Amino acid sequence: MPDIDTLFLFGSNPNEGHPIISLYLKEAIANGARLIVGDPRKTWMAKRADVWLNLKPGSNIAMLNGIINVILENGWENKAFIASRTEGFDELRAKVKEYDLDRVERLTGVGRDRIIEAARLYSQADKAMIVYGLGVTEHRTGTENAMAIANLALVCGQIGRPATGIMALRGQNNVQGASDLGPLPATLPGYQSVADAALRGKFEKAWGVKIQDKPGLKSVEMLDECRRGNFKGIFILGEDPAHTDADAKHVQEALAAVDFLVVQDLFHTETTRFADVILPGASFAEKDGTFTNGERRIQRVRRAVTPVPGMAEWEVICRISTLMGYPMAYNHPSEIMDEIAGLVPIYGGISYDRLEEKGIQWPCPTKDHPGTTTLYTDLFSRPGGLATFMPLDHQGSGEVPDEQYPYVLITGRIREHYNNGSMTRRSAGIAEVVPEELAEINPADAAALQINDGDWMRVSSRRGELKVRAKVSDRSQAGNVFMTFHHQDTLTNILTSGFRDPITGTPEYKSCAVRIEALG
Amino acid sequence: MTSPATIVINGKEVQFTGGQTILEVCRGAGVPIPTLCHDNRLKPYGGCRLCIVEIKGVPRPLASCTTPAEAGMEVTTESPRLTRLRKTVLELLLSNHPNDCMCCEAAGNCGLQTLAYRFGARLDRFPGEQWQLPIRQDNPFITYEPNKCIVCGRCTRICNEVVMAGTISLVNRGFEVMPDTAFAKPRSLDNCEFCGQCVSACPTGALTDTKGRGLGRAGDVTKVKTTCTYCGTGCNFFLNVRNDRVIRVTSDLNAPVNHGNLCIKGRYGYDFIHHPDRIRTPLIKEGDGFREASWDEALTLVASRFKALIDEFGPEKVGGFSSSRCTNEENYLMSKWVRTAVGSNNVDNCARV
Ligand code: SF4
Ligand code: SF4
Ligand code: SF4
Repeated sequence: MPDIDTLFLFGSNPNEGHPIISLYLKEAIANGARLIVGDPRKTWMAKRADVWLNLKPGSNIAMLNGIINVILENGWENKAFIASRTEGFDELRAKVKEYDLDRVERLTGVGRDRIIEAARLYSQADKAMIVYGLGVTEHRTGTENAMAIANLALVCGQIGRPATGIMALRGQNNVQGASDLGPLPATLPGYQSVADAALRGKFEKAWGVKIQDKPGLKSVEMLDECRRGNFKGIFILGEDPAHTDADAKHVQEALAAVDFLVVQDLFHTETTRFADVILPGASFAEKDGTFTNGERRIQRVRRAVTPVPGMAEWEVICRISTLMGYPMAYNHPSEIMDEIAGLVPIYGGISYDRLEEKGIQWPCPTKDHPGTTTLYTDLFSRPGGLATFMPLDHQGSGEVPDEQYPYVLITGRIREHYNNGSMTRRSAGIAEVVPEELAEINPADAAALQINDGDWMRVSSRRGELKVRAKVSDRSQAGNVFMTFHHQDTLTNILTSGFRDPITGTPEYKSCAVRIEALG
Repeated sequence: MTSPATIVINGKEVQFTGGQTILEVCRGAGVPIPTLCHDNRLKPYGGCRLCIVEIKGVPRPLASCTTPAEAGMEVTTESPRLTRLRKTVLELLLSNHPNDCMCCEAAGNCGLQTLAYRFGARLDRFPGEQWQLPIRQDNPFITYEPNKCIVCGRCTRICNEVVMAGTISLVNRGFEVMPDTAFAKPRSLDNCEFCGQCVSACPTGALTDTKGRGLGRAGDVTKVKTTCTYCGTGCNFFLNVRNDRVIRVTSDLNAPVNHGNLCIKGRYGYDFIHHPDRIRTPLIKEGDGFREASWDEALTLVASRFKALIDEFGPEKVGGFSSSRCTNEENYLMSKWVRTAVGSNNVDNCARV
């Protein structure tokens, strides 16, 4: 992170979710960068922030509209940038005008002084960067939340120069690669649309089959069809949706309903309970391959020990496919990468011999192309070079607290564990220092509910209930409770709601309404 | 710098850029300089005095790690005087160091041992008082043997400068100075992140990874460079393998993303690999439970059941979920399998988070 002078961290807790990226951010702060944090939780970064926007969950758009409105009212916008690089500014101005400080204070719960100070710091900075995380995307308005962030960066022209821009931090190790290589219903590997006849033709020729031109079903849709009895067979490779998907009971019903379910994993999970056949998986230490990280760097994974089950997933897929009448045979994963390079232009120049020393960042179209450095700064660009403002309205979360369910449950991660916890809970030491789930509850709420630190409490939502111990902490603000989803004996996702971002299908993990009762 | 400036190192001209220290220029040019307190991840410290070099026109040797290179400097990195001074520094360190290399966890991976060997430093040149402090294993990850500490400050600096956890600092004064937590409290999640950065920075056996102790030292293991299986940052590290088991994870200081830094998951989250709970054979549902099956039986069943469902209900009724935890190659094959062997586009990766 070269000399950022202002860092706006929004809905991201990198100290827990991305500890090594947080080191770069810490370095920037140590070098004097100003820090604005938008987060309902009092995180490590929030405690050290110049301005902490302690907004209510689900009020991201109101917050950002309010900040933009303050900027425009004070004339702090970057007029030259807006004039030369953007379109749709008048519409944006008209929309954010509806978000005066009174209204924004009410919607977000953040005091006006903080809003004004955040607006001033960000807009007046020489070089300001926004880093956002799953606190932005894991809402039913996730895509719009991200657009609202883009609006702010564009209004201030904090984009397209070193140490400015917008950087998104995502969750899992190979979420980038898994998107790149085509397990997506509407695109073939490399984001090549199934609807495009020429692109389809290229794959049909290479694979020797006819490919359907109609997009397939998203995972949520497949599960919905299962529940209706309309979907017959699923192969789940290394995922645990019955634990990690929002509204997990709903998912479990679907998995129970499908005729034939194959699950491949390292351990028994919530999902393998529903399988007809469980196939043992090989861990990252047992196979060769590549992962692509958040800055699109393709890096080698190397086999260090013998696969416990005798073979790795890539070999298993090949054998199943061959038995089904479509032969697949590779001697080594490097041959799969060679095939990918021939079909996926952004990976066109990738081969294992080039990845020996250091990874390569895609796009890398040819063997002599050095790759493209992006360094975690995803810049906003559109053909034609003009960025369009998107006027957006506050919608709030799909489920908001009411008399029956008066608290907001925020879910997330902690540094020590990973996702369903199946790996970290089985790592000596980690299991010892964080043996169980602890729900973080604010001291005032805990006092009102007569809950002491370490007490058991019942947390229930419209979809289910569970028992969990309390951690009384001011990291949670009054009215909010925070839980992770790392423990199989505390299936937090039976509480979370079924609301999803309609564009990406990402569930609203970050906010649902719950009731809390003391169990002593 | 407008035009590339040069210094002379051991008679050879070498280019440098503004702001580089003499140590950086030398190492960049492949000229080795001994250090103990230096770590590329940290600010220059100038504590151990091993990196001293002679500069023409300067009477006393200077620490190369804290001296900026200046155009025209003539630097000598090896001379009888430098060797004598370095040997003395090492022998002073050894005067308060246990003679324990044969049992020490760090043997083979110890900066002090390597340099003592290289300079022929002896343990008994400066007889004197020695620390007699107990070994501390008061947490699950990190063993601290204060007697082996050379007070280079790398652990305290990485904890404060890089991790900013503030867990440890140099406490006490004079001969008693040593790194420790506040009030010598055991490391716990209340005061420490358990990132093991301090262990990775320690040049001696003073700080070692508890979980790997006794399982094999540097010379006994094969180091396999790989990429972390946890978050999307893409840190690289070395799996240390002995007898087909991962016994430890060590830092890859040249890793492009993380430069040797790791978090608790990357450094200590590896035991699941050999955990007894691993599923070892295919399992087929039978009644309320599962029974073990051979690969042949299980895969034949899987293929024939999918085939039958496709024949009966059409390929649109069958699909696959892929995983952000699998490799690129596996994700590609899953995508290909659904589109070829199955014949639909029903393929997705689960939660997109
Ligand atoms: S493990 Fe990390 S946080 Fe703990 S003392 Fe070492 S460097 Fe500091
Ligand atoms: S414990 Fe290791 S790193 Fe820390 S001061 Fe002692 S020798 Fe140096
Ligand atoms: S070591 Fe930690 S920060 Fe680095 S990739 Fe692994 S989980 Fe992420």
